[in-house]
Amino acid sequence: MAKVTLENVSKHFVSKGSTEVVAVKDFSLEIEDKEFVVFVGPSGCGKTTTLRMIAGLEEITQGNIYIGDRLINRVPAKDRDIAMVFQNYALYPHMTVFDNLAFSLEMRKFSKEEINQRVREAAELLEISELLNRKPKQLSGGQRQRVAVGRTIVRKPRVFLFDEPLSNLDAKLRVQMRGELKKLHERLASTIIYVTHDQVEAMTMGDRIVVMKDGLIQQVGQPLDLYFHPINKFVAGFIGSPTMNFVATQLVRSDNRLFVQADGFRLMVPEEKARHLQEYVNKEVILGIRPQDLSKASAQIEGETIPAFVEIIEPIGNEIYLDVKSGRDSLIASVDPKTKVIPHENILLQATLENLHLFDIDDEKALL
Amino acid sequence: MKELYNLKLNPFYIHSPTLANVKTLFFDTIFFRWMYNTFFVAILSTVISLGASLLAAYAIQRLKFKTSGPTGLAIFFGYLIPPTILFIPLATIIFDLRLWDSLWSLVLTYPTFLIPFCTWLLMGYFKSIPKEMEECAMIDGASRLRVFWRIVIPLCLPGIFSAGIFAFTLSWNEFLYALAFISTTESKTVPIGLVTELVRGDVYHWGPLMTGALLASVPVALVYSFFVEHYVAGLTGALKE
Repeated sequence: MAKVTLENVSKHFVSKGSTEVVAVKDFSLEIEDKEFVVFVGPSGCGKTTTLRMIAGLEEITQGNIYIGDRLINRVPAKDRDIAMVFQNYALYPHMTVFDNLAFSLEMRKFSKEEINQRVREAAELLEISELLNRKPKQLSGGQRQRVAVGRTIVRKPRVFLFDEPLSNLDAKLRVQMRGELKKLHERLASTIIYVTHDQVEAMTMGDRIVVMKDGLIQQVGQPLDLYFHPINKFVAGFIGSPTMNFVATQLVRSDNRLFVQADGFRLMVPEEKARHLQEYVNKEVILGIRPQDLSKASAQIEGETIPAFVEIIEPIGNEIYLDVKSGRDSLIASVDPKTKVIPHENILLQATLENLHLFDIDDEKALL
Repeated sequence: MKELYNLKLNPFYIHSPTLANVKTLFFDTIFFRWMYNTFFVAILSTVISLGASLLAAYAIQRLKFKTSGPTGLAIFFGYLIPPTILFIPLATIIFDLRLWDSLWSLVLTYPTFLIPFCTWLLMGYFKSIPKEMEECAMIDGASRLRVFWRIVIPLCLPGIFSAGIFAFTLSWNEFLYALAFISTTESKTVPIGLVTELVRGDVYHWGPLMTGALLASVPVALVYSFFVEHYVAGLTGALKE
């Protein structure tokens, strides 16, 4: 096991027509030994490229990568002592499960007994012992996934890399495998770098999450830290489901209190937060409010409730999503499943004021 | 015209079956020698062409050097050059190498049209193999050559079979180079041997000629029927996980 350090790593591609595309910009991060770090972001944000640079499958344009204390910029993939699970598993279709698991050990010239023992141990751990003689095409999606993971653990590498390994599975299996991978991490006590575009996967699995966009790190932090204290509008919108509501508002002072004034409502900014916002008074700001911070109110309270017209009701089971309109703005509220609401009804929504987020209109950085 | 439609001369059915033509072919000509020559040339040139094409196609498709695209195209255009143009400069080369009237002249010249053809076919096949599989093998500790040998070749077997069958058939049936570079009867291949030895002046010995054509097509038919499963899979580029 080892820590992984990335120092100002950049990757430039030359695309067709000789234009240079910057896939990763100035990426610096220290991943601790035995840590489970998740790179998350939309397609094309550079997360997979970063992982592939760590794996040795892409050359590094600038910067340094260390595994442990060893600089690995010019070390070929086979000598980096890492293992990787690919999105499509990349199992060797002409080999049996046993041979798939044994391949890396054979390449490293392990003895037959050692190979046999390690493969059987890994197969037992992943409950695929009875599949060892089958070919990959005879396996289900979940089983293939296990074999792909098994192939990495037989070698006991210093770092595990996972490139969207659950995205080819159906929703139910994905939840199950998510739990199993997390358990596996605890059991192996290994350093894992995991890439996904699914924020739920990132939140549930990672010790720390790295949110990326356009090749740049947006924020690094623990899952709940990102959820409650997003550094900018992008992170706020990316983390959390349903996505955070964003409303263009103006910060106004009234009766010595600060309010965010939207088209159809105004909300009071709590006293302790208002102190930091004096320079933004009478300026436009973006209000961010999570659907979970809106609930149905029984009576109007000035500065705390939002009058809303219910357009659509989406019952999920453990909660109900309300698509509502307030003035010009559309909002989503996630309310208690027992809430009595009917479509095309005018209701009042109570906002949890201490959880309001405000963002600068220009650079979209968080103000609170 | 009347002669053509005369059913006594050109009957619709075989009225008196005979093996006399087979006998003539086997004992009055050196048909077996021609068969051996054809096998020798076809197998050797197929093996050489496959070996070269595998390396070329893999390099063009996977190593992605700066000129890989143009190289692929150039090889394709090489295939489009008609042998009728090529055989004159090739004849000079063969003469300089003192390979005139030798089977080695054919072993050397057949790859000029086999390699471009096989390379083009295999390039398409290599493209269908997921790159991740090779990358995974590299992370697993295999060198590029090992990946090629342990992963790429086994996965491409259907494609290699197809290319091999095509190459074998093309060399087996080749006429022009064999006609141009070989003159002694002992060194001829079947297509040339039959036509030059069984057409004497303006007399066509149709019986032995047809027998020879039939027997010469047997090996190709056998090759096809043995590998038909791989052949179809190879043509459709079917790589199923």
